[in-house]
Order: sequence, then C-alpha cells, then structure tokens
Amino acid sequence: MTYLLREIFRSGKFVVGFWIFAAILLTVVIYPLLVPDPPLAIIGRGTFFPPGIYVNGYDAVSGTPRYTLNIRDAEDKRIEGKLTADDRAAMQEWLVAAGTPEAEINIEDTQALLDTWFATFDPALRLPGMTNAQRNYFIRLNGSIQNLLSTDDIIIAAENPESGEMEEIDTLPPSAYVNVNQVPNVRVLPLGTDNFGRDVLTELVAATRISLQIGFVAGFVATLIGLVLGLVSGYVGGWVDDVIMFITNLFTVIPSFVLLILISFSIGQENRGAFLIATVIGLTSWVWTARAVRSQVISLRNRDHVNLSKLSGHSIFHIILRDILPYIASYVVMAFILQISSGILAEAGLSILGLGPRTTEVPTLGLMMNWAMIYQAHILNKWWAYFPVILAIALITFSMNLMNTGLDQVFNPALRE
Amino acid sequence: MNNNKQEIYLSARNVTKIFGMGNTRTVAVDDVNLNLRKGEVISIVGESGSGKTTLAKILLGLINETEGEIYFQGEKRKIRTQGQKREYWRNIQAIFQDPFSSFNIFNKIDSVLLDCINMRGGRRLPKAEKVAMMTEACSFVNLKFEELTNKYPFELSGGQQQRLMIARVFLLKPKILVADEPTSMIDACSRATILDMLMQLRDEEGMTVIFITHDIGLAYYVSDNVYIMEHGRFVEGGPAEDVIIHPQHDYTKRLLNDVPKIYEEWDLSTV
Repeated sequence: MTYLLREIFRSGKFVVGFWIFAAILLTVVIYPLLVPDPPLAIIGRGTFFPPGIYVNGYDAVSGTPRYTLNIRDAEDKRIEGKLTADDRAAMQEWLVAAGTPEAEINIEDTQALLDTWFATFDPALRLPGMTNAQRNYFIRLNGSIQNLLSTDDIIIAAENPESGEMEEIDTLPPSAYVNVNQVPNVRVLPLGTDNFGRDVLTELVAATRISLQIGFVAGFVATLIGLVLGLVSGYVGGWVDDVIMFITNLFTVIPSFVLLILISFSIGQENRGAFLIATVIGLTSWVWTARAVRSQVISLRNRDHVNLSKLSGHSIFHIILRDILPYIASYVVMAFILQISSGILAEAGLSILGLGPRTTEVPTLGLMMNWAMIYQAHILNKWWAYFPVILAIALITFSMNLMNTGLDQVFNPALRE
Repeated sequence: MNNNKQEIYLSARNVTKIFGMGNTRTVAVDDVNLNLRKGEVISIVGESGSGKTTLAKILLGLINETEGEIYFQGEKRKIRTQGQKREYWRNIQAIFQDPFSSFNIFNKIDSVLLDCINMRGGRRLPKAEKVAMMTEACSFVNLKFEELTNKYPFELSGGQQQRLMIARVFLLKPKILVADEPTSMIDACSRATILDMLMQLRDEEGMTVIFITHDIGLAYYVSDNVYIMEHGRFVEGGPAEDVIIHPQHDYTKRLLNDVPKIYEEWDLSTV
C-alpha cells in the first residue's frame, strides 16, 4: 500500500493535479472561515462593480485622521483621472473645427491637450456649421475643465438641526490624505460584484464548494451503479448479463445529456435542489463505468485465484467483494475521479440552460455562469462576473483529469514514457 | 491396483464441452468417458490445447459440461446451489498450473489456510488449535508456518507457493485431488519434491489423484492408469505399463518419442 502510494506520488502528472485540487479544496475550506459572510448577501446597490478596494467615502471624510501630503504629480493624476474619454474626444472635435491640424492633437497626453485647449479656446468664437446648442456645450465643457483645475478647498456642510441652515463643518484641501488602514470601513472586492450586487469571490468560493459536492455525489452515484451492475453482469453472466447489458445499451444510445435535460425539466424549477440534480446526473452517467467494469470482471472471473476461492467454498458475494473488487479497485478509483469532473461539467451545462438547481438557496458554478449570461456580462465586458467561474471549472476538471492520467500511468506500466 | 471391486469415486460419461457458437465453435472436450477408483492415480496426458485443463475444470465443477453426466460416488453429481457446491468441493480439490496466479494477492497466507480449516467445519475451534493445524500442514510440505504468517503468497518462490497449495490440500483432506500440471511452472529440483508430496498424500491420506500433464514420462512415473488425450478425445487409455510400454495409437507413440532420453539419440525429425 505504501509502495503504491509512493509510486503514485512519483508520477509528475498526478502530483501537479493533486496540488491544484488540494489548493482548490483548501481555499474552499479556509476562505469561509476568514470571510464568514453569507455568499448570496446582496451588498452592492447596482450591478457589476469592478474589482478593487472599496473605501467608505463618508468615513474617509469625517472622523478619520487627515494628513497633508504634497506630492508632485498629484494634480496631474487627478486631472488625468477626471478628464473622461468623452471629454477628450469633444475637445479634439472643437480644436479640429477651429483649425488645429488633427495630427498635432494627442488626446492621450493630458497636459499637452489642456495647453492647446486653453491657448485656442475662445467662447466668443462662432465656428461655421456649429449650432448654438453645440457652442453652449463646448462653453460648459470649458467651465468644467476650469473646475477640474481649481485648487480651492471643498467645503463640507451639514444641516444645522436647530436653524435648518447649511453650515460649514469642514473643508477638504486637495492635498488632504487619509490612511486606508485608519478608515473604519474598507471592503476589498477582488472580483467586484455581480449583477445582483453580490461579492463575486465569496460567491465563487461557495459555488465551488457546492459544485464539488454535486460532482462528488454525482460521481458516487454513477460509480456505485456502474460498479454494481458491471460486477454482477460480468461475474454472474448468462441471462442476468443479457438483461443488464440490454439496459446499459439502451442508456448508451440515448445521449445522457438529453435525458438529463428532460428529467431536470420534468422535476420543475421549484423542486430542483442541488443534491437532487447531483443524483439525477449520477443516474444518467453510469453507463460507461458499468461497461468497463463488466469487461474487466469477465477477464478476471476465470483466473485461478477466483477458482481457488470457489474451491475454498466462498459465496458469490465473497468472491465478488474479495477476489474481484480489489483487482479492479484502481480502475474504479480512476473512473470515480473522471465521473466527479464530468458531474461538475454536467451541472454547469444544465445550469447554463437554466435547468440547474433552483436559484434561491445556493450558488453553483453553473448558476453563476447562467446569471452572468442572462445579465449580459460578456457583452458589457464585465469579465469578473464569468471569467473566474470558467477558470474554476477548468482548473477543477483539469486537475482531476491530470490525476486520472497520472494514476493510469502508475497502474498501466505500458503507458509510461 | 486396477481392481474393479474397488469403489468408483468419480465417473464421467460422454462428457462434451463446446465453447462458442457458429464459426467460433470449438469442441474442447469430445465424448470423454472416465472412471476413477478409490486410491488410484490416473494421468491425463496430452499436448497444449488438447482439452486437459477444460476436462479438469469440468470434473472440478468450475465449468459446466455441454453434454454428458458426471457421477460422484455412484450418484449423479448435483452442484446447482451454493450449498451443494460447497459439499462437492469438500470432496474434490485442485492444484493449479501457475502458482503465481493461483492466490489472491490481497489475502495473506494465514487467511488462505484458515479458509481451509473453516471449510472443514473448524470455524469455532480455539485459535491455538487452528495454529497447530496450520503448522502441521506447513511442516508436511517443508514450510515453516512461523515464517509465513503475515506474509503474502507473492512473497514466496514458485516452488514454495506450489507447496502452499499442497498444504491447503493437506488441510482439506479431500477424497479426490485434481493436479493440473502442478510441476510445469517450477524448476526440476522443486518438481521432484512436489511429486513426492503428492505421492505421500495418496499413500498417507488415501487420496485419489487425477494428474494432468503433458509429460508422458512423468505420467508413467506416478500413475496407475494413463489416458492419452488428443483434440478433446481420449485416444488411448489403460494401465500405465500397457499404454506406455506398448503404445497402440500413433499419437501416443509420437508423445513417447518427444520425451528426450539420456544416452540415446533424439530423433527430432518426428517432433
């Protein structure tokens, strides 16, 4: 046993797959301990907040110690950040209309653009072909650009509860800084929020956990059914074999995914729990395990050690369990690993079609994909809503297939390089 | 030796075994008749593929005959239920050709021997008594039980494993032993030991032995009656001296010629 384990862990492919899988499992176990929020809690009002560190603005302005830092390029960065792409394009449009050659304008270079703008812009100038409304727009644009360059303090006012008047309570100079560590409320959203305003990372970890459980249950059900049917039909043979193989062949020709869709649909949205779906996936995917186990058993059942066990008076049950099963155990473990990964994929496939588990209780990787698709995250370029999910699915199945290949190489020495 | 008054233990009447159907139909055993009397050793001799092992498995009840009947102690053999099979296998046991594949690699030697004690109704015996029985069986085949306990069969050499098989038979004390080429996979020195032990089983335990071999010289050395098998049929049979000293059938003569003889030129042209 120890020798076998050592051989297995000497296989590079298995080890890589094992560590990826172990890392995923550890994340799934440890993350909820660090961030105990409910995964489906809606924290953001609005959809698809991008990833980043969210500092509470109220806390940052009031109550947090404030520092004055004079940093050379703070001004430039501020203007650069505030001058939107639309504004830059509008400025370019006016400058070109006023006669500046287009080639001389670089809208990426904020400082040069502003210099040209202030040198050329004249609110009184009436350009040919420009309507009044357009002219007023450019005048307003000029005003807002002037505002951007303003270095005045911002006045913070609050209503006086007695007189009802607004009173100045504080001013905020451009050189005021707060230390993020001292702001009481900072929330890191490494993967932003999804369409419902939920933290994608927390949701993703919970979804990975549920999906692994679904895969495990589906794989267990499929392997168990396939194993029992394969053992019985392979060992007993005769009409029992004929009946079981007839059923197996029926399931082979019906595409299991179509069957899965039909069963899932007929169960109904309200009754579809995650583990019901897992069981249904298991019930539709045992076929290949059964066939493979059967052929292995047939090659084993006439071996001498089985004959010896018969001659020792052992029952069929004992022979199947003690003389056949241990010999195919390595194969069954490999089949089980593959069934887990295909179970996860099947759940994702079903959920994308909207036939997965009902949406109110638990997230799954497939459901996250489904939500991202319905709310058009892919069209809106909100990559954080679906890309990490794809990555999680890919990593799980990749690691499992890698482990499977590694085991295959250990158990079938002919496959070793 | 060949005494008709002796009780007939096992007889096969018109036993035929056919594998496959249609184009793949193979007649492995063809209309074989066989009588086995108490205490005798018979040999079934033939080349590879002649159906010796299939016949042995039919006699052992491991595969079913296609046609014909097997009579055990004068009655038609009944091995339909598990209980009947168990009962039958208390009376007939086997030693297989390849010792390396005869044992379940996941079971320790102790459990192999304990199975035999259990089968003979010794399940409730005190542990010390079981150990004594296993030690006795091992010493019969020149093995030391203390060294074998907690070991796996594959940790032993081929000859040792074959001796362990004989220790099984010693514990089970069946009436009939089917030895299916017990010496063909082990070296010449171990072969003599194994044969000696088989003869000892016959002499001391009164076992009836069906010895299956491709080596006609060996058959002459150990058996009372010899049957020559070709393509599933018995072409010749009778007392060992008659068959081997005065062979009638061409196939028997060929088999005899295939045995290399020291001090004589070996005529390879007929091989």
